[in-house]
Amino acid sequence: MSSRPIETSGPLHHDPPIFELGAPGRSGASLPALDVPARDPRLALPAHLVRAQDPGLPEVSEVEATRHYTRLSRFNYGIDIGLYPLGSCTMKYNPKINERAARLPGFAALHPATPESHLQGALALMYALERALCEITGLTRATLQPAAGAHGELAGLMMIRAWHRERGRRPHKVLIPDSAHGTNPASSTLNGFTTLALPTGPRGTLEVDAVRAACAAARDDVAGIMITNPSTLGLFEEKIDEIAAVVHAAGGLVYMDGANLNALLGRFRPGDHGVDCLHINLHKTFTTPHGGGGPGAGPVAVGKVLEPFLPVPLIERTQSGYRLDSDRPHTIGRVRAFLGNFGMHVRAYTYLRDMGAAGLARASELAVLNANYIRAQLTPVYGLPFDRPCMHEVVLSDRKLERETGVKTLDVAKRLMDYGFHPPTIYFPLPQVLGGAGALMIEPTETETPETLDQFCAAMSAIWREAHETPELVKGAPHETPLARLDETRAARKPKLRWTPGKE
Amino acid sequence: MSTQNRSYHRYLPHTDADVARMLEVIGVPSVQALFAELIPPPIQLKRPLDLPPALDEAALLEHLSELAQQNQTVGRTTFLGAGVHPHTIQSAVDMLLMRSELYTAYTPYQPEISQGTLQIVFEYQTMVAELFGLGLANASMYDGSTAAAEAVLMARRLSGRKRALASLGLHPEYRQVVSTYLHGLDAELESVPLTADGRTDLAALAERLGNDVGSVVVQVPNFFGVIEDVRAVAQAAHAAGALAIAVVAEPLALGLLAPPGALGADIAVGEGIGLAIPPSLGGPGLGLFAARDQPDFRKALPGRLVGETVDKQGRRGYVLTLATREQHIRRERATSNICTNTGLVATAFTIHMSMLGRRGFRELAHLCYAKGQYARDAVCALPGFEPRFSGPSFAEFAVRVPGGDADRVARRALERGVLAGVACGRWEAAYKDTLLINPSEAHRKADLDRLAVTLAEVAR
Repeated sequence: MSSRPIETSGPLHHDPPIFELGAPGRSGASLPALDVPARDPRLALPAHLVRAQDPGLPEVSEVEATRHYTRLSRFNYGIDIGLYPLGSCTMKYNPKINERAARLPGFAALHPATPESHLQGALALMYALERALCEITGLTRATLQPAAGAHGELAGLMMIRAWHRERGRRPHKVLIPDSAHGTNPASSTLNGFTTLALPTGPRGTLEVDAVRAACAAARDDVAGIMITNPSTLGLFEEKIDEIAAVVHAAGGLVYMDGANLNALLGRFRPGDHGVDCLHINLHKTFTTPHGGGGPGAGPVAVGKVLEPFLPVPLIERTQSGYRLDSDRPHTIGRVRAFLGNFGMHVRAYTYLRDMGAAGLARASELAVLNANYIRAQLTPVYGLPFDRPCMHEVVLSDRKLERETGVKTLDVAKRLMDYGFHPPTIYFPLPQVLGGAGALMIEPTETETPETLDQFCAAMSAIWREAHETPELVKGAPHETPLARLDETRAARKPKLRWTPGKE
Repeated sequence: MSTQNRSYHRYLPHTDADVARMLEVIGVPSVQALFAELIPPPIQLKRPLDLPPALDEAALLEHLSELAQQNQTVGRTTFLGAGVHPHTIQSAVDMLLMRSELYTAYTPYQPEISQGTLQIVFEYQTMVAELFGLGLANASMYDGSTAAAEAVLMARRLSGRKRALASLGLHPEYRQVVSTYLHGLDAELESVPLTADGRTDLAALAERLGNDVGSVVVQVPNFFGVIEDVRAVAQAAHAAGALAIAVVAEPLALGLLAPPGALGADIAVGEGIGLAIPPSLGGPGLGLFAARDQPDFRKALPGRLVGETVDKQGRRGYVLTLATREQHIRRERATSNICTNTGLVATAFTIHMSMLGRRGFRELAHLCYAKGQYARDAVCALPGFEPRFSGPSFAEFAVRVPGGDADRVARRALERGVLAGVACGRWEAAYKDTLLINPSEAHRKADLDRLAVTLAEVAR
């Protein structure tokens, strides 16, 4: 008899860590028989280099493992369950054909050390993806090597740094708006740069004068600017040309964080407006799945000035086919082993070919339409920090709600779960950008129907009413999830970061 | 709206009537008018993007299949490793990965509806810690090479010392990646040579060590397949006050080799792709990252962490924790810029490791060891072939080919349908004579015999 207690809540609500399942000696492995002589490593290695004790892995059958992970999957919310309006993450539908494409044996089974002659299809696909990303962004070349957006930022800033060095300069300052993703300043630090924060202007966008003043204050020490367009407030930086001109005049280059590129497809090409370098999150705009936290992919497109510095290898097209070019004397080097997240390149390329130019342009239009539809319905209720039309996402403020009811953004987010929705991004942009208010950053994406948006707005309005009538209901949310609100303070104060045997 | 030959697309649900109704609610006459308020018309693009035409489901699959078929693979007679060491992944793993609750979720910021991802990562952290013999593991990095770079940066933070040393047994592309990261901080990665047996030269290491060295990086088994004595390297590093970083590009070896933590490594990283998903041209990968569990290491650790806690009713649950190290809180003072990691590959690894389990993991390691020794003996018995290094190997091994041109040997073997190994001259001219051969459980005895016969023929 098992000593495990009988759970009245059952596997619909939780499943113990896999280490608490199974029995000693059990295994779900399917291994071939040994058909060569067995070898004892202790004859070849000193005793201290041979493993004395097996690692504490689970001991379960394939069936037990399958049930366990199927159960765990049910405790997750995903795009295929419903609206996932996580602002700045572009949680749009992940097409199923992408998954099928990436699993074609001719792609999935490819080893990175395969000779180029046997990789022609893969190289053709990556080359075509690079060309498409350049056409979309208005830039001239791109590296597909970075594995995520932040990795792309790192690579882009390395190129900017190398460009300055090539010109005998060593500037230290990077201008970054206060509404930027935290990855921007963190990537700057990894390049030895210091960050100069630019304030968000009264209309929610950057002011040219603020950029000019920052450049003047930094004197000859401006490496560049990192600008997110549209910004994380969902607003288009309409002074982009002037801002770029100011930064260029100060000797710097313009990096654009492409996290919000989904608003711009076929409508605005950053490379035509002074942007020298931009990363593209394939897991946002180009539908590769977010995977519960990756893998993503963060190709970086650049203009002519930065081409010599791109990471190696680049893919070149020749008369006899495609080849990898590593002979680039000014390259910053490699930022990752092999060729990047190829499985994501296949998915993104599949999406591009599914949509075509007209489909991509329509996607951006509908993404913007959807966000404004939410804005129009919820502005009268919640209020906006910057009351003007938005791009692909809308940022609501909790200022009025909290003043009237004491209910906070976090409570609204938790209560939304009871209505069957994933909450928006919360408390970003940071409160200091919104005059101390908590942000609810809503990005519906183009793949949502207006009916879904109506339901979402109805839920948000219902929560507003609840906050006024029964605030404790909202403050105690969620009520319908497998677990109630979790104690994050305890997790941080007494960290338990791995399972350990013993009493449970 | 944009013109296209059909007025609908399967991922875009809006009918003309939907759009009209929404515009009315918003209070603008048209989508064009809405955009005119957002992006000044003079800077809007005035032409359609010049992209290849859209394809329907059938045509798209046909096109992709054609591209896939232009890649040629040779099945079981592939002996490529060199940082990506493929193993058979049980069908159940990919079937479970296709659960869209797992792959269409994002970073579990909202724990009440992300317990699946969070518990899987907690289990993953436990497994990685167990494999490496260290107490602390993060929720994953991009791949082994970037994990190695992050380890070197973490050691800089902990030690306050700027110099970093790496054995020439570290994967050449890993060395390039670490160097690229260090260039950003005006530092270099300095090399430590190998001895004739293929292990890190401890005397040369001692000469280079000093009180300004923050870390020493050693790979095990190293790039040439040689099993390094991590304990000796760690002792040397510690004697000089530096941290020892172990890189394990083939973590299956840890089913048979002592874990780096037990040998004194302070940080251990690795590449988990081979125990998670098919090679996929080397990406996405899975950057394994583990470290000693002590307060200063916890503070300096890059990447996400999942911790156990309880809900309001006292029930066990999981959350992202210790996030004050991270970019979204700490911004320019974060320990790393990493945000999106490789959650789904970590999930695959966790499921596959669960199914292998204690016994399976050990048995698989011993299978690969036996195949590797058999193949090494067979190839090194061929006229003109000899071990490139005399030190002991796990599964992958390096041979010196007769005539000194490993690339030529590999190309001729491929003409006979055998991807015999990786010719190391592609990274360094000094290794032009070296072929790196990676047997695994996927190879039957007959495949290993065919490898030897083919190499004998083409080297003639």
